[in-house]
Amino acid sequence: MNVIFDNLSLYLEGILKTLQICAWSAIGSLVLGTLVAACRVSPVPPLRWFGTSWVNVFRNCPLTVVLFFTAFGLPEIGINAEYFWFGVLGLVLYTSAFVCEAVRSGINSVPAGQAEAARAVGLTFSQSLANVIMPQAIRTVVPPLGSVIIAMIKNSAIVGAFGVGGELFSVIDTLTGSRGIAVVPVLIGVVLGYLILIIPAGVLLGVLERKVAVVR
Amino acid sequence: MSSVLYDTPGPKARRRTLVGSIVVGLAALAVLALVAMQLDEKGQFEVEKWAPLFDPTDDSFPLVWDRLGEALGNTLIAALLAMTFSLVIGTLLAVSRITAARWYRWAVVGLVEFLRGVPVVIAIFFAARALPEWGVDLDTLWFLVIGLTLYNSVIIAEIVRAGVNSLPKGQREAAESLGLRRSQVLSMVLLPQAFRAMLPALISQLVVVLKDTSLGFIIGYEELVRVGGQVVQNLSNPIQTYLVIALIFIIVNYALSRFAVYVEHRLSRSRKGLPAEVDEAAMEQVVAQTGGAGGA
Repeated sequence: MNVIFDNLSLYLEGILKTLQICAWSAIGSLVLGTLVAACRVSPVPPLRWFGTSWVNVFRNCPLTVVLFFTAFGLPEIGINAEYFWFGVLGLVLYTSAFVCEAVRSGINSVPAGQAEAARAVGLTFSQSLANVIMPQAIRTVVPPLGSVIIAMIKNSAIVGAFGVGGELFSVIDTLTGSRGIAVVPVLIGVVLGYLILIIPAGVLLGVLERKVAVVR
Repeated sequence: MSSVLYDTPGPKARRRTLVGSIVVGLAALAVLALVAMQLDEKGQFEVEKWAPLFDPTDDSFPLVWDRLGEALGNTLIAALLAMTFSLVIGTLLAVSRITAARWYRWAVVGLVEFLRGVPVVIAIFFAARALPEWGVDLDTLWFLVIGLTLYNSVIIAEIVRAGVNSLPKGQREAAESLGLRRSQVLSMVLLPQAFRAMLPALISQLVVVLKDTSLGFIIGYEELVRVGGQVVQNLSNPIQTYLVIALIFIIVNYALSRFAVYVEHRLSRSRKGLPAEVDEAAMEQVVAQTGGAGGA
């Protein structure tokens, strides 16, 4: 236990860095995933094909391989950035496929009669989308979207294993590698760190779910 | 095609869609051309970067594919072992959560919730680094399998529990009224039906496990990603090699996902033959929660 308290600042820094990765990735994947979902439900066939292949590629490809592409592939074609951003990019691409599926199933869960009724009373496409479909879709989207984000927090550890310095997973290397501290207590500290991040996220999601839940 | 968002298109909308398709198609071609130009400029289309992977007459071709085939085998072995162990342990966990006395149930719930909060990469790392320190010396394969099992057995426990809970109450009541013991009720009536309802979810979980085996590269297990790294070191063609590895993963996983969908269809089609209606909404919710973007 002493290891954890002696290096508390290192652990806290790690948690902060992980939070940073997660915040950027959450924003990025929510935006990108929603765009891809919009493609998947659009009336234009090429957009639908694009959306479908996007989801099939990134849902079936391990995050590790996606990260290899962003971290080692992009520099090959002359795109250079900090490792941090390569990691975030990989996590965004990977998570966006799951966000897309959650959003799409939310839109599809709205009964078609709702939109037909909206059109029948003369609402335009954007009005029916903004006033009728979206408010209902968002409610069904919250629970699966929440678990996608929680899974993303856990996946951020893989980004750390790729050597984004200072992140919670890399604390293991810092402490056991250079300072030669026994590995088990260090690992327990890292596990606790992730639990500190994930358990409140789960509780928050539960509260949110109860708030937006509708009984159908 | 009509959906919740728009009606079946008329002539005007069809024209608009056609124009839209052409514009999008052209834009996509332009983007592809741009990417291709960038790749070409950096010499990514040179023969020596592609030939070892795609040209059977190349000297390194058999060697590279020998290694990749071996690696694919290792990946599949690890995934299947992890899935088998997870299935057994997960079912035991679920059964003990359903049948256990209250004090004991809390222990099971605590364990499940704890393990669900630990990233799978940490579980694998823990197995590989902590076990040797405690004097457990095994092959890296087993460390990977243990790590994956730790993580996935609790997810499968949740799936099994959801499957059992989604069965109508009458099934249990009928079994109990016949005088079956609790263990008999579970093993002879509830679990067989639950497994049937869970089959698609279990196949989807296999996809997650398969993807997670790629984390074996961190602990030095020779699966696809690690062998890919070795190939890249010798041929210095990361884009091409990882493209091949990504394709292998995508093909295998896509086939598995399609299989899951097929099984789901078959099960819902033969619903008449299914002994009891399952509460699909409850089932789907749990699958969404446990599956999520599960693993990597």
